[in-house]
Order: sequence, then structure tokens, then C-alpha cells
Amino acid sequence: MKRNIPLLIAMIAGFVMIVAYFIPYTETWGDTVIVWFDILAAIAFVLGGGNLLKVHLKKASDQVPGWGYSVVTIIAFVVMLGVGLGKIGVNPAAKYPEFAWSGSYREVGAPFWWLYEYVFKPLQATIFAMLAFYVASAAFRAFRAKNFEAILLLATAFIILLGRTAAGPALTSWFPDSIEGLEADKLTEYLMTVFNTAGNRAIMIGIALGTASVSLKILLGVERSYLGSGEE
Amino acid sequence: MLDFLKNLDRRWIFLLMLLSVAIPILLQAQFPETPSELSQVVFEELEKLEEGDKILLAFDFDPASEGELGPMATAFVRHCCEKKLKMYFMALWPVGEQMIVDNINRVIKADFPHLVYGTDYMNLGFKAGNEGVIKVVITDMRQLYTTDADGTAIDQIEMMQGVDNIKAMDLMINISAGYPGTKEWVQYAVTRYPDKIRLVAGCTGVQAPLLYPYIPQQLPGLLAAIKGAAEYEKLVMDKYGERNAEGEIIEPGKYFEGRRRMGPQLVAHVLMVLLIVAGNIIFIADRRREKRQ
Repeated sequence: MKRNIPLLIAMIAGFVMIVAYFIPYTETWGDTVIVWFDILAAIAFVLGGGNLLKVHLKKASDQVPGWGYSVVTIIAFVVMLGVGLGKIGVNPAAKYPEFAWSGSYREVGAPFWWLYEYVFKPLQATIFAMLAFYVASAAFRAFRAKNFEAILLLATAFIILLGRTAAGPALTSWFPDSIEGLEADKLTEYLMTVFNTAGNRAIMIGIALGTASVSLKILLGVERSYLGSGEE
Repeated sequence: MLDFLKNLDRRWIFLLMLLSVAIPILLQAQFPETPSELSQVVFEELEKLEEGDKILLAFDFDPASEGELGPMATAFVRHCCEKKLKMYFMALWPVGEQMIVDNINRVIKADFPHLVYGTDYMNLGFKAGNEGVIKVVITDMRQLYTTDADGTAIDQIEMMQGVDNIKAMDLMINISAGYPGTKEWVQYAVTRYPDKIRLVAGCTGVQAPLLYPYIPQQLPGLLAAIKGAAEYEKLVMDKYGERNAEGEIIEPGKYFEGRRRMGPQLVAHVLMVLLIVAGNIIFIADRRREKRQ
């Protein structure tokens, strides 16, 4: 029962979506399934939050290595959630001045806005920006012309790196008209539209075929690994 | 010397990268941009629209990619304001809603204060469900959106009258940092209704190669990363200058943010090329030394 009902739900939802795509009369059936999916996706946020708390509270209570990070995660989660849901420090909306919680939690100067603007935003931007340092280090240490394929990759990287900035055109704009196509920016565009597109299309077709076969296996109940092992 | 370079402490490389980014920022180094064909197509798609046409702006990114996508979002919103289009904002990313609010404050409220919320622009906010949301909004968005981001009933909003789904839009712009993003909009919206939904997009550098296969049928135009933004800014600024649609002077600095950010990117790219070359010279020299021994 525990496995058969989810299996049945997946089968019905999947087949309804397929039918709805090909038969216009059944389009609204597909919409209904999708609205259910969207409701479930919203509920999944609550489950996700609960799971996050459970995992990190356990780590903190067991004092496993790195448990301090779990404490930071729990504090950050609880503070953001409390400030946002509780609309702490939010001014009432002009339309409903008698209701303290009628204002927007996003309003400039509100505690939630402050946390977003001065904690969340800089942290996310910093983590993303750090990639540049690691990529530079990796470029120096790992990008080696060891064989023909690696040389091809290196040459492409050079062209794209230079062609995607003003440096490429500046370095190659003196090329005579007969070899104008070899200018860095033009070569970049050529590589992207021809080689990259061809390669990506081939990969996409392969993935699509694989997805279709796996989807059919799921809908027919052959592939059941998404249901979990069944053990608690 | 060879051993020193071979075992170079990576903190020296970090320092070089820091300097290559910091110096152009401090010197405010800017370089000329020539719009590519794809940027030109995106610009022309917006130019084709008439005053009062409807445009959907889906902001599917977050602060992590704001450095790359923020300038093009600003340029898009300005272009829409200049064209006096009716702007419908929405987000499939939880923090995308904040990106929308940022742009409304930075562009619409700051430089186009005569535009009225609910009449000229509105914010539908974030909805969970990824491509599930796309599949609903292409047929009946009222099933999912009963209010706007501030809780006002959709039926009370003037510009929502007669808008039942996104097929009512004359054009759609998606700014995408990953999943869900442009790929999902192409697959679930444009591919389903190729004659009714027209999409142009802006994306991060790593996403661009994955979106090229959809050009030009499903995706006529694409702004790739900060370079795409810088090119688009140039097109918008060349056409509309430093005054808004009402003739008032705007703050031009924020509309050249992409071009400003191309300075550090250029130097960082050159540094990367030099690091790769240096790394390979050391590798070859080391191999020769090993052979001799």
C-alpha cells in the first residue's frame, strides 16, 4: 500500500500530462494536475524547512565535527523565518493603518529588508565571487596541453576568453579583410554558433531520448527507485 | 626557480586575481563595446512593440548572479519604460521577487515616477513550482495568481483586465541564472505555443552555450552575461540618451553598470590566459628536465 498508492498517483498524473499535451480537449486535466503539483511544491518548502531543522539540530546535539556550522544554520533559519513571518518592525500599510501587520515585509528599512540587504545579499555575492579565485588557481595548475584534445580545449578557451572582452577585437582588428573571420570576436561567435550548438544539440537529443525512456519506465512502474528503499 | 614556480603558493595567484579585479574598478577603466547580432536582435524585438503593449519580465535570478545579470535587468526595465510598455513582473526563484523590487525602486520609481503601479506595471511575485508554474501560466494564470505580490486581488488591478494567461503578452523577457530559467520557458511555454509566445532572454555566461541550440527559432535573441548587458546598455543609451520618456534627466551611471563591470572582467580574462600560458611553460620545462635526468 505504502508503495502502490504513490506509484498509482505518479502513473495517473504522468499519463494525464501526456494525454493533455496531445489532445486539446483534455488540456484542462493537465492544468489541474499541474496546480496540484504547484501546491505540493509550496508544501515542500515547509517539509524542507522542517527537515533542515531536524538534520542540523541532530548534528548540533550530537556535537559531530563541524556542529558549529549547524548552530549558525539554525540561528540564521529561525531569525529569517521569524522576522519575515512575524513581520517584525514592519509599518502598517497606508490603506489599513489600524492593522499593525498590514505593511509589506519587504519595505525599505524593515528588519527583513535589512537582513536581506546587508547579510544575505553580500554573503551570496561573496560566495559566487570567490569562484574567480579558484578558477584562476585551477587554470594555473590543471589546464595542461598534455595531448591533442587538451590543446584544442586550450585554444578554444583562449579564443573565448579574449573574444568575450574588448581585448580580443583590440588584438586582432588589424587582420586583413581576407582573414577577417579569424578576428577574436568573430571566431568566438563562430565557435559558439557552430561547434557549441552542434555539440549541445547532440547531447540534448541524447538526454531527451534517455529521459523519455526513463519516464516511461517510471509511469509503467518498472523503475521504482524514486520511491526510496522502503526502509525507515 | 622552476621548483619555486611549480610549487607556487596559490595565495600569490589569489592576490593577482584580486589586483586584476580591484585596479580596473578603482581606476574606473571602461572599454568600448560593439553590439553583437544577438544583442541587436533583443533590442529590435523590444523596439518593434508599440506603446501600451504588454510585456512579461520573469526575473529568475538571485543576488549570487546579480553581478552578471543585474545590469541587463536594469537596462531591460529602462527600455520598457521608455517604450511605455505595460510591464508584468514575475519570478520562479524565491529571491527573484527581491530582484524585481530592487529594479522597480532603482529604475521605475527613481527615473520614471510618473508610471503608476497597477496601470503601467505590476509585480506578480514569486510562486513555487518551477516549470509547473510555467505550465499553468500559459493556459490560466488566475488558477495560480489570485493576488499580486503585495496581496492586492488580481481582479482589482487595472492592467490585469483581459489577461488570463501569458499568451496575452506581446513579448516575454526572461533573465535567467539557472534552473528554472530560460531553458524551461523555451521548453514549456515557447515550444507549446510557438506562434503566441515570443521570448528573448538574458543569461549567465555558463548558461549561454546551453541556450544557443534554441536560437533563432525558439529564442530569437540572447544577452550572454555581462558582455551582453554592456552591449544592450549601449544600444539603449544610444537610442534614448540621458533623458526619460518625459524629457526628465535620468541618472546615467546605473545604466552603464554592465560596461563598468566589463573593465575588471577584461583584465581578469587576460590574467587567466597568462596563467594558463605560464602554467604550461612550467609544465613543459619540468617535463624536459625530467627527461634529461
